[in-house]
Amino acid sequence: MNKQKKPRLSELFFLFFKMGGITFGGGYAMLPILQRELAETRKWVSEEELLDFYAIGQSTPGIIAVNTATFVGYRTAGIPGALAATAGMVTPSLIIITFIAAFLKTFSENIYVQKALRGVNISVAVLLLTSVYKFGVKSILDKTGMIICLLSFSLIIFAGWSPIPIVLLSITAGIVMHFIRKGMKG
Amino acid sequence: MSLAALFFEFFKIGLFTIGGGLATLPLLQDAAMTHGWFTLEQFFQMVAVSQSTPGPIGINMATYVGFETVGLIGGIVATAGLVCPSVIIILLVAKFFFHFNEKPLVRSAFLGLRPAVTGLIATAAFNVLLVAVFPWYLYKESGLLSELFDPARLGIFVVILTSYLYFKKHPALYIVAGAILGVIFL
Repeated sequence: MNKQKKPRLSELFFLFFKMGGITFGGGYAMLPILQRELAETRKWVSEEELLDFYAIGQSTPGIIAVNTATFVGYRTAGIPGALAATAGMVTPSLIIITFIAAFLKTFSENIYVQKALRGVNISVAVLLLTSVYKFGVKSILDKTGMIICLLSFSLIIFAGWSPIPIVLLSITAGIVMHFIRKGMKG
Repeated sequence: MSLAALFFEFFKIGLFTIGGGLATLPLLQDAAMTHGWFTLEQFFQMVAVSQSTPGPIGINMATYVGFETVGLIGGIVATAGLVCPSVIIILLVAKFFFHFNEKPLVRSAFLGLRPAVTGLIATAAFNVLLVAVFPWYLYKESGLLSELFDPARLGIFVVILTSYLYFKKHPALYIVAGAILGVIFL
């Protein structure tokens, strides 16, 4: 892992504040922004690590976005970092939802809101597709990796599996591969 | 509804949700009905607002429900309750993770896990694509191919995709662009 500077807590808070304020759809929709801000621009974590955090966040209890924020915050600045990142992540929701609940209950019925959301979703699709490509380059290192990736995709889409058995099975596959490689070396 | 009861209700929901925001909805609906917080219709309105505003949907729901049942403080307390289990569990897991992640066996396990998670993110991208760009749900209702291949949606998709690949600006910019194009063309 590259040497990183420890971020200031306010920097963590505002980064996740920004993320909470512009991501529609929660956990997975924030990945492209996490990738850009944390891995590419700031280099606080590597893309591989982001995938690991996300995998853990997906298979432990709680909201994925919060799990990932806590993980990244802890990785970069310890327990205070975890708290700052999580607080940043939820603050936009608190402000926006309180405002809407108080003054604008019919917000989501507005035709322009609906049109804008349809457009936003198209952008989210684009961002996610490019994220998949970038993560794919970093995580699929050989044929076995390709097979695991395709299996994971197909089992969820076509067989309706939940992510947790996929996470457990792929960890097992990684461990089995470890011993096969060791065995081959003698 | 006392603040403590609200907190623990959401703490419980955070603890028993695995797999992110949408998974909180059935638990929330259940809690809301048992406590007689509001009618089913109100509940669906909250879901609609939570989905059409930025931020994780689980957090948005907690803020909304808290605000409606107790007021301003209620929103904050419910959100804190929902987030607490995540923060505690992830901090424990993270401590363990950073202690063991340099061990060869654990590294190998993650070599198996990462391609699987890439596949998992690909399913999210695929699902968003099927809602936003090729609206499968509209096609299923009407049977019209012109709805599945809507030139306006496809056009926005191509414009956003090429400009993202070419200019590589911050993802947030493309989310805003998507909203604007959506209001104009969708």
